[in-house]
Amino acid sequence: MLTLKQSRRLNTTLVGIAAWTVALLLFFPIFWMLLTSLKTEIDAFATPPQFIFTPTLENYLHIQDRSGYFRYAWNSVTISFGATALGMLIAIPAAYSMAFYETKRTKGTLLWMLSTKMLPPVGVLVPIYLLAKQFGLLDSRSVLIVIYTLINLPIMVWMIYTYFKDVPRDILEAARMDGATIFQEMTRVLLPISKGGLASTVLLSLILCWNEAFWSLNLTSANAAPLTALIASYSSPEGLFWAKLSAVSTLACAPILIFGWISQKQLVRGLSFGAVK
Amino acid sequence: MHIGKTLLGTACIGTVCLVLASTASAETLTIATVNNADMIRMQRLSKTFEQQHPDINLNWVVLEENVLRQRLTTDIATQGGQFDVLTIGMYEASLWGAKGWLEAMQDLPQNYELDDVFPSVREGLSVDGTLYALPFYAESSMTYYRTDLFEAAGIEMPERPTWTQMAEFAEKLHQPDKDQYGICLRGKAGWGENMALVTTVANAFGARWFDEKWQPEFTGEEWTKAANFYVDTLRKYGPPGASSNGFNENLALFNSGKCAMWVDATVAGSFVTDTSQSRVADQVGFTFAPHETTEKGSAWLYSWSLAIPASSKNKDSAKAFTAWATSKEYAELVAKTDGVANVPPGTRESTYSDEYMKAAPFARVTLESLKQADPADPSAKKVPYVGIQLVTIPEFQAIGTQVGKMFAAALTGQMPVEQMLNAVQQSTTREMKRAGYPK
Repeated sequence: MLTLKQSRRLNTTLVGIAAWTVALLLFFPIFWMLLTSLKTEIDAFATPPQFIFTPTLENYLHIQDRSGYFRYAWNSVTISFGATALGMLIAIPAAYSMAFYETKRTKGTLLWMLSTKMLPPVGVLVPIYLLAKQFGLLDSRSVLIVIYTLINLPIMVWMIYTYFKDVPRDILEAARMDGATIFQEMTRVLLPISKGGLASTVLLSLILCWNEAFWSLNLTSANAAPLTALIASYSSPEGLFWAKLSAVSTLACAPILIFGWISQKQLVRGLSFGAVK
Repeated sequence: MHIGKTLLGTACIGTVCLVLASTASAETLTIATVNNADMIRMQRLSKTFEQQHPDINLNWVVLEENVLRQRLTTDIATQGGQFDVLTIGMYEASLWGAKGWLEAMQDLPQNYELDDVFPSVREGLSVDGTLYALPFYAESSMTYYRTDLFEAAGIEMPERPTWTQMAEFAEKLHQPDKDQYGICLRGKAGWGENMALVTTVANAFGARWFDEKWQPEFTGEEWTKAANFYVDTLRKYGPPGASSNGFNENLALFNSGKCAMWVDATVAGSFVTDTSQSRVADQVGFTFAPHETTEKGSAWLYSWSLAIPASSKNKDSAKAFTAWATSKEYAELVAKTDGVANVPPGTRESTYSDEYMKAAPFARVTLESLKQADPADPSAKKVPYVGIQLVTIPEFQAIGTQVGKMFAAALTGQMPVEQMLNAVQQSTTREMKRAGYPK
């Protein structure tokens, strides 16, 4: 018969083992990608798969030599941060009005906004392509910033709306009593209170923009192509380039992975804050 | 001192203006291409073209084949004008050329020697005698086999094997306990994947996709024999999970020594003999793609070619580049920098010099297969379409992929072959009626 203390310790150990197992399972594809990127092409498709081999950096050198990694990375950074900044500029006032000046149509509007996420992107490819062509925006970073903003806006508004709903109205009313304008009320009171939630919204938007591939592949070609397009350029149905493909995927994932790693505490706190409400 | 500063400032402004002016006057060509060894080599060697034409800059957009196809289709159908040079196959060249979406390849430089290009390749890229793309490289299909395994088993591979013989050899060489499989064939669903091979098998058995009135013939005797043969052979003597294997997967299996035989694109010849990626580079034999009741249509014909969209704003520069990249001059440049065995194969008679034939052991079979391929006459019976491993109609991508999925389902045992052929017959008939083909 286990004592209460022993039972708790056993529970903690079992939960720990389960958490580590899930974490390792989730991390394994990334680990394998990294490992393959350090192999030669002949080692990359060897069966049984090789865990012990002579590592090489030739795939990384090849990528920089052939494609110029930093140009694509810069496009990814500009587009992701641009779309996130623009999205926040629109989402914060929208969420503010919905959270603090709620009408009978607010919930319906929120649901309708979210329903636009259910449309398969390919369904609107031709109209969007024609619009981009008409405005001379094909192969420009601007078009992806606008598209990504529009794609992520429903989620951003929803998230910020949820955080704003948790802010007591009394605090805002007190600010108003002290003579604060709406702008001051938002910038000096509301935003500092909800900075945890806003940070997680920014992070989520950055990750979604960074990983988006459909529009970046279809609307860019030479000048504005981000890292997702660079990865696609190393995929081939006629030729074994698995090691190079793994190297370019590692290079594309690395910045956002490191960024996520650094800010994971903020991200998890923000996301779970909304989830357990 | 003051004058000196003024002069220096003027010189700086002048230099900036000159740089800007030279940048503004240079034309930039955006070239869309696929990621394979020959195309990447072209990208690398194109610096020579830029040196010869300082007024032309080249921008490369490299994409995976299917992504490229979708991307180009969107751009060309909407006249997006994103690209100046397109890398396309024979299927797109015929369809897009007929619609007027491509620039006709006329007035080529005098030293281009168009007559040196194989007639079958030229015809495959033409519509009503007008050439719409210049071939960069062309491929057919052939049989790859392991000479060491054949020798050990006391079998001799004939010059022109039949599919029945291939099945017999596969049975003798199939040793799954040793990770050695009798035959590797494409099984992954897709009009350019399993259906390319399945259609050549069907052609060899005397089958055709459509009769003269565009009625599908999948429930006929020839298709039934061909489909049963393909499914049975691959299930009995193929590697596990064959329904997921396309060109790359089979190449990886063959290069790691797990396939005794493999029938696929001639372009694999340079991969299986490359010691940096093949463990069996010195033990590979090459022979013609198998036939059965007829040799017609038993080996396919495909070409990656360069075309200029009608929406390009830099047509003259684009033509200069396409002519250079598909010229004898480019072939000579590749031979000089990367070795003669790496010259883009299958497009020009002059490529097949004695030196090339010695350097590339698969060259003779490739050359003869390409010469024999006739997309206008792919079956023992008359057909209303052009194409050996495909049917050059706009609906074929969708129909071919749908049929490919059903063949893959039969391969995994999800449905018997006869039932699969009935389903294929019904769905293809429905699609063709919808498109208004049957007369």
